Amino acid sequence: MKTHRILVRQGFLLRLGLVLGLALSGGAHADLKVFACEPEWGALASAIGGDKVSVYSATTAYQDPHRIEARPSLIARARGADLLVCTGAELEIGWLPVILADAGNRAIQTGQPGQFLAADFVTLLEKPTVLDRSAGDVHAAGNPHIQTDPRNFSRVGAALAARMAALDPGEAAHYRARWADFAARWQAAIARWDAQAAPLKGVPVVVQHDAFPYLERWLGLKRVAVLEAKPGVAPSLGQLAEVKARLTATPARMVLRAAYQPARPSAWIADQARLAQVVLPFTVGGDAQSTDLFGLFDSTVARLLAGLKP
Amino acid sequence: MYRPALLAAALAAAFPAYADSDLDALRAELKDMKTAYEARIQALEVRLQQAEARTESVAAQAVQAEAAADTPTTRRSFNPDISLILQGKYAHLEDRDERFVSGFLGADAHAHGGSERGFSVDGSELVLSASVDPYFRGYLNAVLADGEVEVEEAWFQTSSLGQGLSVKGGRFRSGIGYQNEQHPHAWDFATNNLVYEVLFGEGYGQDGVQLKWLAPTDTFLELGAELGNGNAFPATNNGGNGANSVALFGHVGGDVGASNSWRAGLSWLRARPGGREFESHDVNDIEVAGDFSGKSRTWLADFVWKWAPNGNPTQQNLKFAAEYFQRKESGDLFCNTTELGSPCTGGLTAPFAADQSGFYTQAVYQFMPQWRVGYRYDQLLRGDVDFNGSDAGNTFETLADYDPRRHSLMLDYSPSEFSRLRLQYSRDEAQEGVDENQFYVQYIMSLGSHGAHKF
Repeated sequence: MKTHRILVRQGFLLRLGLVLGLALSGGAHADLKVFACEPEWGALASAIGGDKVSVYSATTAYQDPHRIEARPSLIARARGADLLVCTGAELEIGWLPVILADAGNRAIQTGQPGQFLAADFVTLLEKPTVLDRSAGDVHAAGNPHIQTDPRNFSRVGAALAARMAALDPGEAAHYRARWADFAARWQAAIARWDAQAAPLKGVPVVVQHDAFPYLERWLGLKRVAVLEAKPGVAPSLGQLAEVKARLTATPARMVLRAAYQPARPSAWIADQARLAQVVLPFTVGGDAQSTDLFGLFDSTVARLLAGLKP
Repeated sequence: MYRPALLAAALAAAFPAYADSDLDALRAELKDMKTAYEARIQALEVRLQQAEARTESVAAQAVQAEAAADTPTTRRSFNPDISLILQGKYAHLEDRDERFVSGFLGADAHAHGGSERGFSVDGSELVLSASVDPYFRGYLNAVLADGEVEVEEAWFQTSSLGQGLSVKGGRFRSGIGYQNEQHPHAWDFATNNLVYEVLFGEGYGQDGVQLKWLAPTDTFLELGAELGNGNAFPATNNGGNGANSVALFGHVGGDVGASNSWRAGLSWLRARPGGREFESHDVNDIEVAGDFSGKSRTWLADFVWKWAPNGNPTQQNLKFAAEYFQRKESGDLFCNTTELGSPCTGGLTAPFAADQSGFYTQAVYQFMPQWRVGYRYDQLLRGDVDFNGSDAGNTFETLADYDPRRHSLMLDYSPSEFSRLRLQYSRDEAQEGVDENQFYVQYIMSLGSHGAHKF
């Protein structure tokens, strides 16, 4: 016990020494510090940067990225970041502005190269024609859940690799090479997922939150109902009953929800309308298999296919 | 390309007995066919090459476009974020001639709608904010009430200093304590706690500058200093060139696992009030008025703990907050009345010294989505208050030796993050000899792009 404590203290001193040494040496190359709002962008930055970046993910797969507390720990982490990678499209509007205002970090402010918003590089779906809060928590720029289509990572990743190379010119070749390697493997993986997911084409599904339009478009899933009558507002029992009634006319095969969403609405409709319940990891870390981006889509496709089985 | 030649050979072999003329005609036809085929194939090859070249250039363009396309497609327009907060309440209170907090030289009843009985609309908050340019951002919070518009906050803040530094200038809510920066719509209860009520009225704000520094550590550590004109209780604006109020504060915070987060702070506020008005009545129930001049020092310790399973507060979460203060004031108190029979009759100036403290502690629990229940306990400790060489309670009834306290219980329902309805019951023992049951029904509605809330 005692030796353990001593070892811990030595480890701490060692780390302290390292930190001080790094701070004092100044000239030594430091990692590009990435503050990722969501785990998928953290995983992408890691894939591109390898050991040249240190990545902090502000949220986990079990948190609702719309509703995050602007915790002191997030402000402290944003303070030292060289690059902020977020979804954008107003997904983080409820917490990121506070972080940016209090972090005192010029590099990651709006308009700086250190602020990278993934949604800027993707064509957004479901841009609302009428902006009114009576429609619920709508996003003016379009649906921000772009990470459910792997093809979007090709677009975002190319831009992110370029941005990382620009911010850290000394390692530009490293980022480009890693990105080229990742992009090739990613293309092959997409082809594999496309082939595996072929039976999903045209399958009618119900979704709990309107979180999967990009996934639906990619795989050709047919969304017949959304449990949340208004985005971001939990469905009432009456609204669920309405969906159930609609499903008798247009039956569906499964109901989809993200790992962070409460189980009850999905469980209720699955039981009532005899649907398969499919919990998708939604982002990296959403289940045991989703340890990286490849695992995320391996798991997503596998879980959807499992939902097809009677 | 093989097929015409093969065909010719096959035909030649199959029909050797044909007349030469027929054969020649056939050969010519075949030759024509062959050249025609070859031409078409060549044309196709050219078209294929062109197509390939075009795809490549398109792809190259796309790559270029992506590389250069830091063209933001999701930025909003130049319009500032505008939000309007509507709030009001129904209060069921007893019919009392006056309401005050016993034992304290309290802040003016500055609160926007505090003790009205029955239905009342609280001030509507209009908030505008935007980036000014790459270097500054600006913020305005104006409260609209009957016949007046009060500028609660109007400031700019640097956004490009870096190194964890930021400078704020203008009129702003001080960074001291925890609740101080929150406007009433962000409170967890329909009424203010006794600590802030007696210290600042609503919250301490002044015109001045603030310098804040965030340490480059993974644990949150923030230090701040403020200089201001002190135009709010407990300070006064003395009209000089200097700063009439100085505030220093530090906050630390962090996470414990994925589910818990906390912040703690220590703040210090120094003011030199000059002619700070007060109203009271003496022990003979004669109304007296006067002012205080001297020094005022306030220490504030604050602590907030938030729990949410896996850091996801949407289903359930718990917030615990507590703040403790100590305030020392010393100087001269002047009191006066025209009525006879009061120690203040004809005017009296005498030494005044107070050493007082208090705290509030609250817990708010969201037990299911949209529903929260909360309890708050406010307790002030009157401590020592001396006037004219003896206990101030011997002169003023309002400064009697009494420790005010209040229990509050609330239930609120938020159909969305933009609307909230609240029920509150308070047992108010803030005034000596009064033990009042208070009931409130409150609404808070925010329209427009309501900005994010702090921790």
